[in-house]
Amino acid sequence: MDACDGPDCNEALRELDLFLDAELSDDAREGIRHHLDGCPDCHSAFDFHAELKVVIHQKCQENEMPPGLLARIERCFDTDFGGDGPLG
Amino acid sequence: MADQAVFAEQAMEYAPQLYSAAMRMTRNRADAEDLVQETYLKGFRSFHTFTEGTNLRAWLFRILTNTYINKYRAKQRRPDESDLGDIEDLYLYKRIGTLADASIGRSAEESLMEMLPDDEVKQALESLPDNFRLPIVLADVEGFAYKEIAEMLEIPIGTVMSRLHRGRKAMQKALHSYALERGLARSGSTDSATAASGQEND
Repeated sequence: MDACDGPDCNEALRELDLFLDAELSDDAREGIRHHLDGCPDCHSAFDFHAELKVVIHQKCQENEMPPGLLARIERCFDTDFGGDGPLG
Repeated sequence: MADQAVFAEQAMEYAPQLYSAAMRMTRNRADAEDLVQETYLKGFRSFHTFTEGTNLRAWLFRILTNTYINKYRAKQRRPDESDLGDIEDLYLYKRIGTLADASIGRSAEESLMEMLPDDEVKQALESLPDNFRLPIVLADVEGFAYKEIAEMLEIPIGTVMSRLHRGRKAMQKALHSYALERGLARSGSTDSATAASGQEND
């Protein structure tokens, strides 16, 4: 499948990362949105990468902490409080 | 001066996030637990340097990242940036974007969330060299801004951007190859053309 390749499309795709990472200025962001509204090909490409970013965000989390880790950390605080005890 | 009792009270809520990032960084549970524990102990001891009212979460992640780089990265082989090669833009999209692709089982209706198993996404991320993996962990898993990531990794923002860009493409390529292995193994005819044609440096 071909992605779009017009000059506006190339310009939009160059900003794909910045757009998805919310690192664009409001004006630049609005310009991209305007292009996406009129360009189904770019819209589809941007959607795909937005979805992929969410997938990575969700699937790379650990759902559970190892049992005992929090308690171990808090015990460290207690023994270390105000002092400079041994690490670990 | 920030108080140690305040630290113990406020910092623990970030432990699950720190542990997730530590797992993606160290790639094993024992090191991840040690890394999180060491991060908290360092934070506890240096909390007097924390400026109240600033972002405690970012401050903790900075300690986590520094500790990982200084302690755990030294144990691994030197990351080789050229390992990534030159991968075309929109790598995965061009292969499975919108068309039904019987070879890896994606239909137009199936979402990426359903199509990509958790362990393959984790594996694709963990397959990257540190230089590329850390910016993606901090940006995509933890949601930090480029400026914060630049400060944590002590690299320029432009380097954060180029590493994210190249690292994400490499991750997409890994995801695609896992999907092919799992599916009906129709090898992409365009793959050979993209192999190691050159390197971009950041």
